[in-house]
Amino acid sequence: MNGRAETELARVVRDHAGRLAASLVSLLGDFAAAEDLVSDAVLAALERWPVEGVPERPDAWLFTVARRRGVDVLRRQARYRDKLAQLRWPAAPEPGDRLRLIFTCCHPALPRESRIALTLRVVCGLTTTQIASAFLVRESTVAQRITRAKRKITDADIPYRIPSADELGERLDEVLAVIYLLFNEGYLASGGEVTERRDLTEDAEWLAGLLADLMPAEPEVTGLLALIRLHRARAAARFDAAGQLIRLSDQDRGRWDHEGIAGAIRLLTRAARHRRPGPYQLQAAIVACHAEARTWADTDWPQIVLLYDLLLAHAPSPVTRLHRAIALSHVAGADAALAELATVAGQLDRYHLYHAARAELLRELGDAGRAREADRRALELTSNPAEEAVLRQRLHEG
Amino acid sequence: MKYVLMFCETEQWEKDWAAMDQAGRDAGFAKVQDWLARYSDRITHNRKLSDAHTATTVRLEAGGPIVTDGPFVEGKEVVSGYVEVEVADLDEALRMAKEWPACPLVEVRPVLM
Repeated sequence: MNGRAETELARVVRDHAGRLAASLVSLLGDFAAAEDLVSDAVLAALERWPVEGVPERPDAWLFTVARRRGVDVLRRQARYRDKLAQLRWPAAPEPGDRLRLIFTCCHPALPRESRIALTLRVVCGLTTTQIASAFLVRESTVAQRITRAKRKITDADIPYRIPSADELGERLDEVLAVIYLLFNEGYLASGGEVTERRDLTEDAEWLAGLLADLMPAEPEVTGLLALIRLHRARAAARFDAAGQLIRLSDQDRGRWDHEGIAGAIRLLTRAARHRRPGPYQLQAAIVACHAEARTWADTDWPQIVLLYDLLLAHAPSPVTRLHRAIALSHVAGADAALAELATVAGQLDRYHLYHAARAELLRELGDAGRAREADRRALELTSNPAEEAVLRQRLHEG
Repeated sequence: MKYVLMFCETEQWEKDWAAMDQAGRDAGFAKVQDWLARYSDRITHNRKLSDAHTATTVRLEAGGPIVTDGPFVEGKEVVSGYVEVEVADLDEALRMAKEWPACPLVEVRPVLM
């Protein structure tokens, strides 16, 4: 199967498996049992669809397989078996079912790695093998995380429902964090070379889009979707033909998807109308400033510094202060930026981008010796091959 | 669904409590009474334990039981009391735990039988 057919297959599975999982959990009232049935059906689909072709009604196909298997394996649990046997498809899936599924998978009582694995498997229909290869971890590790999480959901009685209004904000933050982590994992892992790994940024965009459809009144959800789209719209220009990371200042902006950028900015404008700014909307606004600049020289740095100030007021973090310092260097000069950086030196000493940013500022000030020292430190701390290559080249040139 | 909420004290919390005047402690007790009253219809059992220095641990080893002074985990965090609650699900138990007005750690566990 070629790459396109595989992507198409993944898309169909993702769309239909998630819906089936949502309906079955709701129907059976047993998260673990429903999840087992769906993941078996997904495995069967991945085996047979490439050979037989994708059926006309993939949802009905998956359902039929899940039901047959369910009636079989749930023989001893008559309660479930009878419910399953009576179920007709399509079982008008309620939008709330999918939302409930997402909130259960991202419950704070589960460890974070499990939330990600469970969301990918249950909501996006990925197999354990696909998750393991996307995260470069052993399959048994993923399987164990999912098994433990399912056991905890059942044994500790983690509910299958949308949190009540007073908890919704906090719980939604957890869901958004899972999607954002997923996106970052995919974004950082991507390279210029044709990769066999699944593009997790696409799954993250799909999840954020699903959530935005289900919760249109939550501006942070829309903000996260806009943020992901703004990044993805420029992904093609991030690497050169040899797979080398290209810095933002050197990227060919003609290769950006300008229609995609405009669409994401419209989303962000819509979110802003709610007048409830938050970290995702603000980060998207910062990325939008870069995406809208026709050239590197056109970048609206004062606006970016202002947005970082707002972001820091919402979510103080040393990494955000680092990024603000870099933006500040374009407004107030490298000296001012270095002074800013000094305030987070202790907290970010083990963070490679802190040293890489210092190196750049020192080089700008003509201090080549200390710049090299900082680049060397950055190189020691990074494990990302694309970033390593950039730093090596800089050390080689400088 | 039944859960037990185990309340744990930390060294720092104990120090702060010891440093408090009578009015401060009375206010602390009053908050706990409020919490207990607010959830009285869910709480099926409620116990405050004596200080950790009164604890004795019996270890059932192969060579016979060994009795030692102190709690079984010699740590900085000590269980000081517990309530058993009857609630709909984990979220409801977590909500109660989040509103607990006294010591800073609460472990929430379902009751098996």
